[in-house]
Amino acid sequence: MSNNNQTIYWRGYEELTNDLEFVKNADQEFNLPSDEEKSSFSDRRDFLKVLGFGVAAVSLAACEAPVKHAIPFLNKPEEYDPGVANYYASTFFDGGDYASILVKTRDGRPVKVEGNKLSSITNGGTSVKTQASVLGLYDNNRYQNPKKGGANTTWEALDQEVKQGLEAAKLAGQPIYLVSGSNISPSSNAAIASFASAFGSTVKHIQYDAFSSHGLLEASKEVSGNRVLPGYDFSQAKVVVSLGADFLGSWLSSTEYSRQFAKTRRVSPTNKQMSRLFVFESLMSMTGANADYRTNIRPSEKGLVAAALYNEVAKLVGGTPVETSAPSTNRYIKQAAEQLVAHRGAGLVVDGSNDKNVQKLVLQLNHLLGNFGKTISFASPALIKRGSDSDMNQFVDALNAGQAGAVLFMNCNPVYDHPRGGEIKAGISKAGLSLSFAYAPDETAASCKLIAPNHYFLESWGDAEPKKNCYSLVQPAISPIYKTRQAEESLLTWAGQTTSYYEFVKSYWKSNLYPLQKYGYGNFKDFWNYSLHDGVFEVNGANPRTIASAPSAGDSTAVASVAPAPVIISGPEPAMNFDMSGVSAGISTDYKVSNSGFDLVVYEKVGMGTGAQANNPWLQEFPDPVTRACWENYLVIPVALAKTLGLKVTEGKTIKVNLKAGGKSIAVPALVQPGQNSGTVGLAIGYGRTETGKTGKDVGVNAYPLVKFLNGALNFTVNGVSVEANGAEHLVAHVQTHHTVMGRPVIQETTLEKYSKNAADGRFFPKITTVNGEEPASAFSLWFNDEEARMNNKPEELEGTTNERAKGPNKRPNHQWSMVVDLNTCFGCGACVVACQSENNVPVVGKQEVLNRREMHWIRIDRYYSSDMSKEKAKKESVGMLDMYDAMEVASDDPEVVFQPLMCQHCNNAPCETVCPVLATTHSTEGLNQMTYNRCIGTRYCANNCPYKVRRFNWFSYPENKEFDYNVNNNLGKMVLNPDVTVRARGVMEKCSMCVQRIQEGKLYAKKEGRRPVDGEIITACAQACPTEAITFGDLSNKESKLYKLLSEHKDGRAYTLLEEINTRPSVVYLTKIRNKA
Amino acid sequence: MNQRLTSQIVRFSFSFLFCLGLLTPRFSHADSTAVAAAGAPAPAVAAAGGGDAVGGEAVFKANCKQCHAINDVVVGPALKDAHKRWPSKEKMAGFIKYPQKVIDGGNAYAKGLYDKYKQYMPNHDFLTDGDIDNVIAYIVKESENPTVAKEETKVGPSSPEKGSDEGSGLLAPVIAILLVTLSVVIVLLLVVINLVSKILGQKREDLNESDIDQLEGDINWSILFNHPLFKGVVAFVFVVMIGKVVFDKFYSIGIQQGYAPDQPIAFSHKLHAGMYEIDCNYCHTGVNKGKSATIPAANVCMNCHNVIKTESPQIKKIWNAVENNQPIKWVRIHNLPDLAYFNHAQHVKVGGIECEKCHGPIKEMEVVQQHSPLTMGWCINCHRETVVKTEGNAYYDKMVEIHQANHGTKKLKVEDIGGLECSKCHY
Repeated sequence: MSNNNQTIYWRGYEELTNDLEFVKNADQEFNLPSDEEKSSFSDRRDFLKVLGFGVAAVSLAACEAPVKHAIPFLNKPEEYDPGVANYYASTFFDGGDYASILVKTRDGRPVKVEGNKLSSITNGGTSVKTQASVLGLYDNNRYQNPKKGGANTTWEALDQEVKQGLEAAKLAGQPIYLVSGSNISPSSNAAIASFASAFGSTVKHIQYDAFSSHGLLEASKEVSGNRVLPGYDFSQAKVVVSLGADFLGSWLSSTEYSRQFAKTRRVSPTNKQMSRLFVFESLMSMTGANADYRTNIRPSEKGLVAAALYNEVAKLVGGTPVETSAPSTNRYIKQAAEQLVAHRGAGLVVDGSNDKNVQKLVLQLNHLLGNFGKTISFASPALIKRGSDSDMNQFVDALNAGQAGAVLFMNCNPVYDHPRGGEIKAGISKAGLSLSFAYAPDETAASCKLIAPNHYFLESWGDAEPKKNCYSLVQPAISPIYKTRQAEESLLTWAGQTTSYYEFVKSYWKSNLYPLQKYGYGNFKDFWNYSLHDGVFEVNGANPRTIASAPSAGDSTAVASVAPAPVIISGPEPAMNFDMSGVSAGISTDYKVSNSGFDLVVYEKVGMGTGAQANNPWLQEFPDPVTRACWENYLVIPVALAKTLGLKVTEGKTIKVNLKAGGKSIAVPALVQPGQNSGTVGLAIGYGRTETGKTGKDVGVNAYPLVKFLNGALNFTVNGVSVEANGAEHLVAHVQTHHTVMGRPVIQETTLEKYSKNAADGRFFPKITTVNGEEPASAFSLWFNDEEARMNNKPEELEGTTNERAKGPNKRPNHQWSMVVDLNTCFGCGACVVACQSENNVPVVGKQEVLNRREMHWIRIDRYYSSDMSKEKAKKESVGMLDMYDAMEVASDDPEVVFQPLMCQHCNNAPCETVCPVLATTHSTEGLNQMTYNRCIGTRYCANNCPYKVRRFNWFSYPENKEFDYNVNNNLGKMVLNPDVTVRARGVMEKCSMCVQRIQEGKLYAKKEGRRPVDGEIITACAQACPTEAITFGDLSNKESKLYKLLSEHKDGRAYTLLEEINTRPSVVYLTKIRNKA
Repeated sequence: MNQRLTSQIVRFSFSFLFCLGLLTPRFSHADSTAVAAAGAPAPAVAAAGGGDAVGGEAVFKANCKQCHAINDVVVGPALKDAHKRWPSKEKMAGFIKYPQKVIDGGNAYAKGLYDKYKQYMPNHDFLTDGDIDNVIAYIVKESENPTVAKEETKVGPSSPEKGSDEGSGLLAPVIAILLVTLSVVIVLLLVVINLVSKILGQKREDLNESDIDQLEGDINWSILFNHPLFKGVVAFVFVVMIGKVVFDKFYSIGIQQGYAPDQPIAFSHKLHAGMYEIDCNYCHTGVNKGKSATIPAANVCMNCHNVIKTESPQIKKIWNAVENNQPIKWVRIHNLPDLAYFNHAQHVKVGGIECEKCHGPIKEMEVVQQHSPLTMGWCINCHRETVVKTEGNAYYDKMVEIHQANHGTKKLKVEDIGGLECSKCHY
């Protein structure tokens, strides 16, 4: 076999260093039993005893079948039918992560969250947190009653006490503080205003963000006059420069930006253009991983890098440079500046810091480049972050000074997620009245006297304005499970208003939004009903109803399948005032080139976010896209530091280190991260919760207290920290070194330049040398007969024209389900992983089982690093073979990263099927590799024979098992289970089914209406969740399908299947990764 | 010598028959099911087109019959000559669509009806204008020219039998061989009986010597009993019988065929579906929509029973349930295991299968019982035999085309479109 043009990838630091432990375990998919487990093995006597009891129990149980009941409605609602799902449009919002969603409810309970295609912001995309949010509703730990001092009370008693407390504060002239996270709901803000008016000017509404954007908001205020975030449109940008802004992962509205950015990364024979992404960052983020050019910089030099970029641009376009010292590295700065200038008006510079000066410089840079009104805008600002660090500081000061008459906490948890949390905790007791609206226990609620539990958002009414002129509604998908009350309704009650919050929202929309509508609805009732049905109302958007064929209320799918052309930036830009005085001085004082000690970056993880959903087991078990570790946070350290510490991370085995920052010292496990700046360490927020349910409690450490202030804003980089070995050993649940690929070329990639010359560049074509010369590997097969040819999924061969053997009866008379994954638009966010978990009842197994390599996710996103050396390069530079392999083992400073979603490949020549002794895994005539749980006897032959390692074995019974005390171990948590998917028993194999339940449902809809399914009507959960549409699912036998067209377009170019040389003929096709680099 | 042989044959034949009788109930039952299934009428062809009154009859049966008859007052008035009581067909159609609107709108005749029956007829706005025209045509026809002979609509096998769990493939030759064996045995029996009666009819002195020997001689049973072949056969038969009993018992674990629990309300399908011929769909509204056919909500019962038989103690139970907001806890009869997915809409709406095909003679059941075994073998068997209802459903067009290209005129059965694949029911 020849391996042309392959960059060598290594899966982790362990593989690179060829560690003994790694090599030993590399080919074992399932860990060997531990000593503890071995000791629990049963002997022959035990076996006989169990057998005897078992037989007796079965015979007894079989004597009488249990009586089951069927309880119908007394009065059935018209729009509801048991067993048929209803979808309700709603809105998810958590710490900047906004998504317009459709909530799938079955038999009255929400079971799944899907993206809403009608929103111009998310356009059907979702994030990991959005997908996981449905589980929060069934958190067994939620408050079930209002509480006073830890004991249950009634709403009447609570109302009375709160009213008294508020009146007392009002009389005493003490301020009433209402602290909340960024409140993007106009109705909620109106309700707060109405509450404030009832208690006079003493009410102060403080908004803050745990992961603050105060610096950008203040810079925007000085520039545009409004304290708003600029609106971004990455889809119009040909060059994007990110200065530490993880806009694909955790920065602001990353779902929206991912979708926009993906539009510029779709390369095809007809569109050989692609944006170019430069990233300058300290840690390795998801955005950095997707960069075309990445430079690691030290956080303490961040401002200098921004200034250097600015000065380069200013030099080229003739602006005034700012005076600062130069950063220690200027790698790619010049190229970035040149590219930006070459694409003026089609470039975008974003910055992730919370420093007003740097943000102002970046805004000025965008202005200099003429990007305003095109890729960045103050005319269509984003409103998802509104928090003020200075307001929060004033509040904490006042609270500790004992000035607060009353303090109410709404949708926030500052005791945990604010650096001054300790002070807040101490100060709360000084307030006359302290109350939290938390729906489940948190650190702040634990310090408050009263708890007025809020509804979960899936039980609530409300609205949101994530962007100017873009509104969406929140509607309940279930009636409240517990005796909770919506926070706004509580505020209105205390303000003496008797209207329900539903009426309040409705009347707000009637008086404020109805007059804005240009949809042509004749009356408010229609406007309201259709807005509620669509979930969104966009002032400048097209009416979805003029696009859709028939406006039928209650039928969300009919309308939701049509996406309107998004209006991202509209209207003239407001006058901008770039007063740059003080900027260069500020940057010069705050940023210095330094080589001593380490800088700590406190960052946000894509899955866990700010920690509000820490008790969500799906999120805890979600592996971080870059580190691939789950169930805790850890100190990511650069390779150089690992060498100093003498640390080798092997099989998750690592040590704890003492991180000393600003007088605080915490012991935290270390994890080596290639590509990270050698003077930087990183720690994620969102962990170390102390007051929450069992799942999230005491998992990891809390990084918030380490955050410091800079120019009045939270500074998420801490300079001058030290790291020393602690001595204690630790295991990090790390999934990347599992499921090995045996070094085969599963990642195929090229550059844009090479691609435009040769569409098949970077492809690996396995060849076998025969007497007739080299022949493609696909010409040889274990299944060498005409069946095999008919069951392949190459479009041209389906035609039966090029391959003689393809003729004969069609073995796929109905459908041929298939999937295309574009590696170029998969940014690795992992929304698909949790979507699949939610759709397919995938159990959570916990940290220990992940360490045992027994995680159950049906889809995983493999992350591969590459090294600089390649065979091509060695040839060019005439490097000897031994030197070349040596060089391949040396890590580059900025390794390139590729993400690859991997699920069951549904091979048409499936190796798993031939080895099952009981025919539990078979092939369907629709091209699906079927897994029949009730037939499986658990030999695991199939998993051993699967070359892709996508099969999962149920080592335990996870439901009703106290060893796995997650959501399916309690009756409330089980409500989230999808009723159409079997909960697997112990001892059976499972794997991706290509969402066969969704396929069957979609087919039935079509059959009932006597038509063929429409393309896009049947779609898997992963494809639905994907914010970038990197996954395309469809019917290959439908020539009109997007999938067929995509494959036809790429069949001689980017399309490849994994391990083509073994001729398994997968139904999942990948498109090569393309980088836009020289 | 000859007679000795004959009598031995007779004895052996009896014992053989006895053994066969013990061994074969399964096959013979299977046989009767197969016959019954073959004898069941094909699914009723929808009355498409073909005159207004015919179409109207279907609409009438599905939507009106619950409350109206042509000649009798049921819940609402008798509909004989109803068309003559309305000034125009449009007016009448308007009333059928939105009765309350017409009554509240002040139509004197409509108001009169309301005063008499004290009840609004529900809106029928879901009916198309064509449907309503057809119904009116049907009423006209019935008024002027009533149908005399009432067609019988009994469907399905008349006697409940044990279900067949075996596949049908091997069964036919086995049955044929058995039938041949049986007829040979019967012929032999007849010969023997004839012989015996002839011998018995003879006088003793007329018999020859060997016959007298035979008559008087004792049969040496010990030779027979001690013969190893005999012992072997007996042991074999015994083991097979015990084995079969044990197997059957184990096999029937979890099969609740014939399960007919007492229900909280003594609802009679015989009365409602049988006597009054209320369409199944009227109450089991989910049957065309989704997985579950659904047990009707109490408000469906109340559509009729707020006027009919309100004094009945059973109806009072429904009243109590509604008034106390206590849902009725019916006992679930058909329980599929969680690992099997079944969808009513697929079978009824798409497949056009009659309810009786699985639920048996429901129209004769006072208390509903589980008619079918609901085993996988039973499902699979039907998927092997049933022809897919492809007419008028564009979903199947391509498959029919491919099937005909490959198999000619052979009917497209469910198994041909993947109906035996695992993940059609298990996921």
